[in-house]
Amino acid sequence: MKIWLSLLEGFEFNLMLFGGTIVCAIPLGLLITFCSMSKFKPLSVLSRIFVWIIRGTPLMLQLFVVLYVPGIVFGVPMKSRLLAAFIAFIINYAAYFSEIYRGGIESIPRGQYEAGQVLGLTKGQIFRKIVLFQVIKRIVPPMGNEIITLVKDTSLARTIAVSEIMMSAENFSKQGIIWPLFSTGLFFLAMCGILTLLFNKLEKKLDYYKA
Amino acid sequence: MSILEVKDLYKSFGSTEVLKGINFSMQKGEIIAILGSSGSGKTTLLRCINFLERATGGQIFVDGECIFNADEKKKISAAEQRKRQLNFGLVFQSFNLFPQYSVLDNVTMPPKLLAKERSDYKTNKKQIFADIEENAKMLLERVGLSEKLSNYPCELSGGQQQRVSIARALALDPKILFFDEPTSALDPELTNEILKVIKDLALKNTTMVIVTHEIEFARNVADRIIFMNEGVVLEDGTPEQVIDNPRNERTRSFLAKML
Repeated sequence: MKIWLSLLEGFEFNLMLFGGTIVCAIPLGLLITFCSMSKFKPLSVLSRIFVWIIRGTPLMLQLFVVLYVPGIVFGVPMKSRLLAAFIAFIINYAAYFSEIYRGGIESIPRGQYEAGQVLGLTKGQIFRKIVLFQVIKRIVPPMGNEIITLVKDTSLARTIAVSEIMMSAENFSKQGIIWPLFSTGLFFLAMCGILTLLFNKLEKKLDYYKA
Repeated sequence: MSILEVKDLYKSFGSTEVLKGINFSMQKGEIIAILGSSGSGKTTLLRCINFLERATGGQIFVDGECIFNADEKKKISAAEQRKRQLNFGLVFQSFNLFPQYSVLDNVTMPPKLLAKERSDYKTNKKQIFADIEENAKMLLERVGLSEKLSNYPCELSGGQQQRVSIARALALDPKILFFDEPTSALDPELTNEILKVIKDLALKNTTMVIVTHEIEFARNVADRIIFMNEGVVLEDGTPEQVIDNPRNERTRSFLAKML
């Protein structure tokens, strides 16, 4: 029982990291999308390079970079390992989300914008009243996928010694108790199961029309 | 005074010249059908007039007022641009209904958004919205869809969708209603229901410009026919003049293939 509680305590870190990343990366991703779709060339090139770097390097490496580079290069040591984990996860997932958004926005037929225009809608109204909802419907499945990956990726925070669930379990294996290490899988399974159900429900709800 | 005057309209995409100096004007209540083979520039002409493409040369006037001048480089404010846009309504070949809204909402949404700019919007919102909805229901009844108000576009046939999109365009009460091959995406049986709706609009003196491949329909409904070929107007006259006695060899061979 004590072991389970201690695993649960570790998993709380995972959940915190998960929640914080979702809350911050979803809007930040949208910002990156707008930058990379911007008509101002330098901005769009810059943000596409940014996305390329983030998606092209391991999250584990990014964790180390966020933890050590501020101290080594700028002389401002990272305040805490947890904060470093948050920053790395938010940036990483915002980059992935931004590409999902971009795909969603670009998949909306031009006719929808043109219909909005000839009906006298402003650009903002076209986006908010016509395009946005259709984009949401289209990106729910890939977002669900990405968010489920995030649940499991939170275990990577262990590499910079954030005391999440894997690290708690390893502490027990060092004392010769191996089973907690494998039991961690149950926590991830449960969380992913809940999310799968939620996303299925959301998809069903958005399924009242076919595009 | 003409309700619409198109003067010397040019449009190029890169080095391809699609419109090579289009001139025509029309009177209020007139119905013009534009005929021509694919690639003749009919659709581009409609898109230029409706601001979906920016013409590279020429002017467009509505009621004598210049609403487009290719030489004018001054940026037009978004609000002014929308005001100009709303002179026209456009029915697309591919309907372009908004899939997430019901039939009724497709028709009421644009006028409701537009009503926000009225000075009495805040004080009179309920009444304005009620009027918009009543008008939309009336229009949908006119196109034979009063049974389908709460359906979604995906639940309708192509012909029904196109009729919704006609009602949607009419809801903004445009001075001129343009149709871009309104039946090209439809089965022949469904084509007739659209043509019936357009004929009904003709009886109510709606000013219309119809790009179409339906020559018999054009003859029946249009007051005037414009025949376009390779970016120029080859013929412009009554259906009798253009369809029965075309002056131009190109028109004759086109009609021979179509009839």
